[in-house]
Amino acid sequence: MADGAVSDAWTPSPRQLERAALVRRQRHQRTLTAVVVTTVVLGLLGLGAVSSPGWERFRETFLDGEHMRAALPAVADGFWTNVAMFLIAEPLILLVGILVAVTRRTVSPWLAPLRLLAVAYTDLFRGIPTLLVVVLCAFGIPAMRLSGVTNSLFWLTLVALVLSYGAYVAEVVRSGIDSVHPTQLASAEALALSRPQAMRHVVLPQALRRVVPPLMNDFVSLQKDTALISAVGVVEALRAASDYGNYHFNYSALLVAAAFFVVVTVPLARLTDWLAARAMRRERGLAR
Amino acid sequence: MTDLLEVRGLRKAYGDRVVLRDISLTVRQHDVVCLIGSSGSGKSTLLRCLNLLETIDDGTIGFDGREISDPLVDPREVRREIGMVFQAYNLFPHLTVLENCVLAQVKVHGVPRREARERALDLLGRFGLAEKAAAHPDALSGGQQQRVALVRALCTRPRLLLLDEITAALDPELVGEVLAMVRAEAAAGMTMVLATHEMAFAREVATSVCFLDGGRILEQAPPAELFTAPREERTRAFLSRVL
Repeated sequence: MADGAVSDAWTPSPRQLERAALVRRQRHQRTLTAVVVTTVVLGLLGLGAVSSPGWERFRETFLDGEHMRAALPAVADGFWTNVAMFLIAEPLILLVGILVAVTRRTVSPWLAPLRLLAVAYTDLFRGIPTLLVVVLCAFGIPAMRLSGVTNSLFWLTLVALVLSYGAYVAEVVRSGIDSVHPTQLASAEALALSRPQAMRHVVLPQALRRVVPPLMNDFVSLQKDTALISAVGVVEALRAASDYGNYHFNYSALLVAAAFFVVVTVPLARLTDWLAARAMRRERGLAR
Repeated sequence: MTDLLEVRGLRKAYGDRVVLRDISLTVRQHDVVCLIGSSGSGKSTLLRCLNLLETIDDGTIGFDGREISDPLVDPREVRREIGMVFQAYNLFPHLTVLENCVLAQVKVHGVPRREARERALDLLGRFGLAEKAAAHPDALSGGQQQRVALVRALCTRPRLLLLDEITAALDPELVGEVLAMVRAEAAAGMTMVLATHEMAFAREVATSVCFLDGGRILEQAPPAELFTAPREERTRAFLSRVL
């Protein structure tokens, strides 16, 4: 704006006031519609559940408040294992994923064997069911009787989850790298940056920002899959809940475990949305 | 001649930053109105307001005798009648040239696909792009891409064409081929509002030239008048910089 000096004495015209009022009314109407539709849909769903023939029975075995309260401490205790598991696993998975993805996009002939290894790794570990990887690591690695390797089930199953999810995350990161326009690499190289420098400072930052939503998707999935380690006897939330259920013939504890998982994943999902929205605002500016 | 577009007291602000103030502009059928002025004078924003890509903060926009700045008006209904071409082409990279030109005809205007293809191929042929129909936009030169963007806009037979500095991103040698197309459309009677830095072109095709400065239309006159005997000191200063 050439001259900020122009005094801007603006009072909205009658037409503008009228229009603003109409926009407000439209907005209220939309809010009202949303509330009514949501209430009706949720009401019908609830009614459908409550009027099912086995509802009474279901409520006794799965929704017993007494049992829920009684199982709470044990399940909460177990849940700490899940939390520790995914807090340690997530950074490791991200590291593995980035390393593998970047390796697959290197060009040096010296790195050919590493590239081959990276491809084989992603193909293999994306192909094997995660549960199978957990069982193989938990029982297979100790069976090899390697000296100096831990026998702790916690760490062995952690390795299994990192291996399995690392392969998924590597593919997500690779798709992000491929989505960065080639002109970005060209302009980085024109500044005489080396290929690794261009990857580290220009391509990868853009790629990672772009794949945050699918990455978070994988991490939420991982948080739930920490329950898989119960299959080899690690006591975590699901194991604690089903132990309680089997002992008392009441499965309300399972819903307590479910609630724990939901409680940690929902905030993460909202955080992801917020991060993505913020990144978009920053990069595109206020205007489109 | 009937008034096709009638803008009265238009105001647009982003927060505290007022981009357009008290803009009034009348465009009659077959008019070619050129918007000139330095970067940031509000040319692009004005064009975006005209096809309701931006909501306005005051004033009215009338199109074909109806106030389209009314919140009850469906913007898509307005945009069916108004074509727009952008500085950066904005072709859809995942579609071929032909598919770019067919999409809106079929999905918005309900034209049968065969007919839409014929119309697109006819227009592409007329502007020397026939052999590019099966290509993807990224395989084309800038000038070709912009010509395709023009064809895409023309395919739906708009009654008003908005051109937002469509040659600003082009090599000088490619500017000519795009302007030739615009010239042909103007000669065929297409009503247009265009923001441009090509003064010679504005002088040649415009029926009226508006000089924008600080979000206002400071001066509006036929090109012969505005380019040779501008009334305002600021217009003179601008023209002496660019001519």
